[in-house]
Amino acid sequence: MFEGWLSIVIFLPAAAALIIALFLRNDSQVRWFAIGATVLNLVLIAITYLNYDRGAGGVQMVDRYADWIPVDGLRAEYLLGLDGLSAPLLLLTGLLTAVAAFASWRVTLRVREYFIWLLVLETAVLGVFTALDFLLFFIFWEIELIPMFMLISIWGSGRNKYSAMKFVIFTLAGSAFMLIGILALFLSSGVDTFAMVSIPSESIVGIPDRAAGIDLLIPAGAIWFLLFAAFAVKMPLWPVHSWLPDAHTDAPTAVSIMLAGVLLKMGGYGLIRVSVGMFQETKDFQVQDVAWLLATLAVISIIYGAVVTLKQTDLKRLVAFSSVSHMGFVVLGVSSIVGVGGKVTDAGLNGAALQMVTHGTITGLLFLSVGLVYDRAHTRYIPDLGGLALRWPLITASMLIAGLASLGLPGLSGFVAEISVFLGTYEVWSWLTAIGAFGVVLAAGYVLWMMQRTFFGPRNERFDDIDDANFIDMIPVAALVISIVAIGVYPKIVTEVFKIGISELVRI
Amino acid sequence: MSAHDLWILSPELSVAGLGIIVIIADLILNKKTPLIWLAAVGLTVPLVLTLILWFDTPDSELGVFGTVTADRLALFFHFLLIGTTAAVIVAGATYSKKFAGFQGEFLALMLLSVSGMMLLVASRDVITAYVALELSALPAAALAAFLRTDRSLEAGLKFLLLSALSSAVLLYGLVYLYGATGTTDIAGILEGINSMDADGDRAFGSSAIMLGVVMVVAGFGFKMAMAPFQMWVPDVYEGAPTPVVAFLSIASKSAAFAIVLRVLYTALGTDELAADWSILIAILAAITMTAGNLLALSQKNIKRMLGYSTVAHAGYLLVGLAAVAANSDSDGFIAGPQGVLYYLVAYALTNLAVFFAIIAITNRTGSDMISSFAGMARRAPLLSVLLALGILSLLGIPPTAGFLGKIFVFSAAVDSGLAWLAVIGVINSVVSAFYYLRVIRTMFLDEPETNERITADIPVWAATLVASAGLLVFGIAPSSLLEFARHAVSGVVT
Repeated sequence: MFEGWLSIVIFLPAAAALIIALFLRNDSQVRWFAIGATVLNLVLIAITYLNYDRGAGGVQMVDRYADWIPVDGLRAEYLLGLDGLSAPLLLLTGLLTAVAAFASWRVTLRVREYFIWLLVLETAVLGVFTALDFLLFFIFWEIELIPMFMLISIWGSGRNKYSAMKFVIFTLAGSAFMLIGILALFLSSGVDTFAMVSIPSESIVGIPDRAAGIDLLIPAGAIWFLLFAAFAVKMPLWPVHSWLPDAHTDAPTAVSIMLAGVLLKMGGYGLIRVSVGMFQETKDFQVQDVAWLLATLAVISIIYGAVVTLKQTDLKRLVAFSSVSHMGFVVLGVSSIVGVGGKVTDAGLNGAALQMVTHGTITGLLFLSVGLVYDRAHTRYIPDLGGLALRWPLITASMLIAGLASLGLPGLSGFVAEISVFLGTYEVWSWLTAIGAFGVVLAAGYVLWMMQRTFFGPRNERFDDIDDANFIDMIPVAALVISIVAIGVYPKIVTEVFKIGISELVRI
Repeated sequence: MSAHDLWILSPELSVAGLGIIVIIADLILNKKTPLIWLAAVGLTVPLVLTLILWFDTPDSELGVFGTVTADRLALFFHFLLIGTTAAVIVAGATYSKKFAGFQGEFLALMLLSVSGMMLLVASRDVITAYVALELSALPAAALAAFLRTDRSLEAGLKFLLLSALSSAVLLYGLVYLYGATGTTDIAGILEGINSMDADGDRAFGSSAIMLGVVMVVAGFGFKMAMAPFQMWVPDVYEGAPTPVVAFLSIASKSAAFAIVLRVLYTALGTDELAADWSILIAILAAITMTAGNLLALSQKNIKRMLGYSTVAHAGYLLVGLAAVAANSDSDGFIAGPQGVLYYLVAYALTNLAVFFAIIAITNRTGSDMISSFAGMARRAPLLSVLLALGILSLLGIPPTAGFLGKIFVFSAAVDSGLAWLAVIGVINSVVSAFYYLRVIRTMFLDEPETNERITADIPVWAATLVASAGLLVFGIAPSSLLEFARHAVSGVVT
């Protein structure tokens, strides 16, 4: 089957980038065109999302070209598809790229190149979430590096060159191991496929089914760790998180939004789809055997990330470290896969998946607000700020909503995700969950303390002449606020779809 | 020599003939530019002959008393060598103006060297192979010295001396193989080994054959830029004219890999032997890529850096060679040699794109230092993009051909139980990101020294564009090239 719809959605941004490269010369034309393309793509993705048949479930909208690499030793297909796990993440990517494009409104340096890279980045990330052929997945995973390298090193600030290189080297190192893992899986006799899931309508039997209970080329545990390395770096999980604060701090606002909002989710997505999805019935080693490791690393990330966040004095670095802490919740939720007495409740995994989406929107809004502050104050150093609420009520409101959502205020999306993670994992890892829950308390600490130091307190005369955010600035803010509140009040719009995906993935 | 022999040898002979015609034309013509077009257009003759041989296979592929073959593997490399040479000649058109009145000699030497390489890939006899190797090496040494500056002369001399040394080693190795088996025929050597006493005397149990294999690998290793015989590479690359460097790094290397493929798989292709030399090759591969990448890290001259990168890529190719041998028991698995051929074509296109872009830029700036590429994205936007694309292909980032090439060789390695080698390979790829990305960063980030625009001449432009398009097309839709490569290896690897 080749419906072509997903391919259009994925390659639309790249096509827009090509048009910009070839035909558009004027900076403001480029800006409008790029923003238009991302918004159009968001609309297409929303249509895609609504068209996903929840009753039928499974993989839908398959685009398949089976003869892409027709070598017996390496038979890869061009295989795209959407299931319950990937659909919401696709939506998140569309939303955040549109937000990032709006947030790039004030970019004046090499505008054409900037938007070209941003659009290519969107195509790469969308590709990661929809590719169901493991090699294709890997290709999209790698393509994303170059736009990020360029975006951070050209349009970044501070030690941007160093940070960009650090980002690339960390990710490349992770994906190098992943490549070996992918090849080892494929080359195991009995597997011989790159299909990441089974698709009955295409008579594709995927790796999760084929790898179950057979001897793999190298021990399943080794393959699991090779693959996990890449996802752990991407998420990032302690102790391989150290690229993240540097990359975030030095990246331009829109790129931070993309990085925290969607790129980190590639790691979480890989963890659920691959590390959990493919290794529940493998011989001699199952993901359940290392659930304790996942839970431990998750709790360390949560607490370590939160404690370090408390000490930050740079607004962006603060938000960056809080991401380490919040992505820890995703892993904590995933660790509930071990179940109790052979029974897995998928609340933990559902919470983990939801946490990815909520963290994407919340952190996106945090970075957006920090960017708005920085554009005006030209500093992110917290002691230099203070009393901004009086001058810039709109920016303050947006930061406040993001901050409250981040610390898990009921009614906003962060609360729903974190509570389901705790509910899902408490039965399994009572002590670790209790420690992890302490991360929420710390989050309240660093968010409120940051708000107090930055936005409240006495009026700061330095900023008297500078205006609040304008209409265009508020468009992306409004989009994110709406989605945060919507998910907080009615989480079902996302969780319903995630549930379908997760239930198909859990095999125990 | 019968008509059949002539027909089998026609591609090689026509290239050599073209070289002679160019020299004669050089004597007659006053203007030198037409010579370039004569050589480039003249190469269509061997190309057409090769095409005919490919589609209309003669009854017997062997010729000249069984010493030369026109099998698919040889023809595959004929395509690659002719294409590379034509591209280098076209792209070097402007550069060769530096040689004042000597363009005729330059072109003739290059054509003669190619005819040697073509004969080398077509050899079925180790003596023919040796002669062909010398025929390809001597003109190459002269080419390396062609700028007649100190550095260029040093490059030429170094190449000549080390080439002679490696030839001697190779010859020694061949003598041992002859002594042990009593024949110089490549297929005959295999029979000789197979007919040896099954207990004590066979394979690496026989010291003569072991010595022979090691020396043959060492001798060809020089051409392949394999460690520890890579010392000549950076000096020659730095000193020699850039088109010659492109020529050496692609044509010379592919030819050497072709003959190694043939010797190892045909002459030494028994299961026990293969298991032995695959370990040898695997270790050499690990050393070669690691040495190349580590040494490339600190280079400031882009040609020197690419020299070491060539060494690293020889290492990746050796991974592919080692893999198939270790896997010889599996049924019909030929992704290894097929992968090596794909890799060679991908590498050829990539290196052509990179070197042509460098030629185009350095023709104007006059400096080979990486720092002189600062801000090139603003001075020559499209050339910089093409150069960056080529570098990404060297690094192995999708969707370029270099990426798929690496995937093929590494997957062959994992499949053959050489997962450790694949791990070393991917770690090496990560290391190489440091120096490759540094060039891209310099071009796209740093401030240019001047804002003067750089425009390339049409020929070098076109050549760069074609090579870049090729590496993208084969990176996205590899199936046609893979099919081609499958035909090429099907006769050699059984």
